[in-house]
Amino acid sequence: MSAILQPIVNLGYSLQALFAAVLVAVFGNEAAPYILYAVKTLLLILCIVVPLMLSVAYLTLWERKVIGWIQLRLGPNRVGPMGLLQPIADGLKLLVKEIIVPSGANKLLFVVAPLMAIMPALAAWAVVPFEPEMVLANIDASLLYIMAITSMGVYGVIIAGWASNSKYAFLGAMRSAAQIVSYEIAMGFALVGVLMAAQSLNLIDIVKQQQSAFGVFGWFWIPLFPLFLTYLIAGVAETNRAPFDVAEGESEIVAGFHVEYSGMTFAIFFLAEYANMILVSFLTAIMFLGGWLSPFPQSWGLLGQSSFLWLLAKAFIVVSSFLWFRATFPRYRYDQIMRLGWKVFIPVTLVWILVLGAWMQTPLWVWWKGT
Amino acid sequence: MSFQTFIFYFLSTVLVISALGVITARNPVHAALLLVLAFFTSSGLWLLLQAEFLAITLVLVYVGAVMVLFLFVVMMLDINIARLREGFWKYLPMGGVVALLLVVEMGMILTSRSVGFGDVPQPPPLPSNLSHTKELGRLIYTEYVYPFEIAAVILLVAIVAAIALTLRKRKLDKYMDPATQIAVQRKDRVRVVSMASEARLDADSAASAEKPADATAGKESKPA
Repeated sequence: MSAILQPIVNLGYSLQALFAAVLVAVFGNEAAPYILYAVKTLLLILCIVVPLMLSVAYLTLWERKVIGWIQLRLGPNRVGPMGLLQPIADGLKLLVKEIIVPSGANKLLFVVAPLMAIMPALAAWAVVPFEPEMVLANIDASLLYIMAITSMGVYGVIIAGWASNSKYAFLGAMRSAAQIVSYEIAMGFALVGVLMAAQSLNLIDIVKQQQSAFGVFGWFWIPLFPLFLTYLIAGVAETNRAPFDVAEGESEIVAGFHVEYSGMTFAIFFLAEYANMILVSFLTAIMFLGGWLSPFPQSWGLLGQSSFLWLLAKAFIVVSSFLWFRATFPRYRYDQIMRLGWKVFIPVTLVWILVLGAWMQTPLWVWWKGT
Repeated sequence: MSFQTFIFYFLSTVLVISALGVITARNPVHAALLLVLAFFTSSGLWLLLQAEFLAITLVLVYVGAVMVLFLFVVMMLDINIARLREGFWKYLPMGGVVALLLVVEMGMILTSRSVGFGDVPQPPPLPSNLSHTKELGRLIYTEYVYPFEIAAVILLVAIVAAIALTLRKRKLDKYMDPATQIAVQRKDRVRVVSMASEARLDADSAASAEKPADATAGKESKPA
């Protein structure tokens, strides 16, 4: 635990002790530990979800600003100082707008679809570590868990497209289903490379095993460079972001799978997309860029300390590059997306896994060697 | 009733209800989604047995990939439910016999003394530092390496066969070879023509060329 958070953690422990005493007094010795555990877990979940939702809100502002600067515009600058209250205004607008259910739509699934989109986007955060001890659930197979949970995100898109009873929405859903299933394979193989290099499925161990005397060069982005690029690009495709945003494809199929959604139901899709973007950025930082490890030697004092601030900084750089891609590249043609996924990324990852396996048997492998 | 028992019965109830829903739902999309729920709850049951690798793999493979493709197909079908139900009474005797056999078999297994589950002792709690993933990998790649490799090769053959069955050259194929697309030169698409420049011919000069007298008359009359 970094020194910055130590006072807060100490305060938390004292509050926990106080609360436990109160619970024992009220509910007796039997039930108190269970209630304490439930309350504590709920509070920890809030500690992750509230900052996440705030970052999603301000990521939308940051995106509009960055794209504005790239296109020689100012971006939003009217609501609040420098446009800082813009996300709040947007959120309020979406909250009070009417939710319209199209005629002939499957009402139940139409409402369930946004929930199916946001649920995996939030559930995956349960195992994301911010520091060695700062994690909600430190499970052994967290990498596998992340893969399983994020693979469920596609249901929100498919169900939304089908339940809307609209041909544009349906086309968007079909495109998205095929695209996400294709890129998940390349993404999975990239993760196999990480698993081989770290010899662990635990995200905390994966970061710990990137720690070495070489600093930045000890992180896995050097030995796994092709997998790092594949993961990053497949991450853009998985989150349906430009230049892979054919599921939305404004210029072709209006707004794709969420064309019939308005108000809060649309906002939830929006939240899920941005939460997924932030998740992919965090995972890239954790698996390839050393997580909370400092890029500087330890002798540099505060700069050399590993801290969750480093993780935030790295994730911020990755998420900003998502915005940069969006402002730079034109949208892929659909058959080119499929070709890139199946004929470029999957062979690249397969070959690199083979190379990695051979490389790790030689003395030239200077990264994590196992215990 | 311990907390784990409560979770077991909760998950089992959801599993049984959703499995019943799969076969009774009129809408095939609803049936597919209920099957997703059934897979998900059964993975929860596996988690209760401390088989976390199998549980997560079930979600990853069946929920994340197989059922997505199922939905993909089911959504594109235009199924006539009335016609599907036409032969119900004709097939009922045959289906009933099979169902009865299955029920009797299951009942025998669940209740009999020699193979019943009543005598199976509860598995002892495993040490917390034991990694199922690692143990499973060790077993698959050492003790059961040949069956595992054979299964992998059979799957590979199935993949190749599926592709070979569907691979055909369509007449209206619009496939473009990316290599030739990239190899396109400027001269294949654009032709630059060299020609002498010509005088500009716009409306004003055309009018003055045609009626010079009127134009000068108009100019002179303005100041007056």
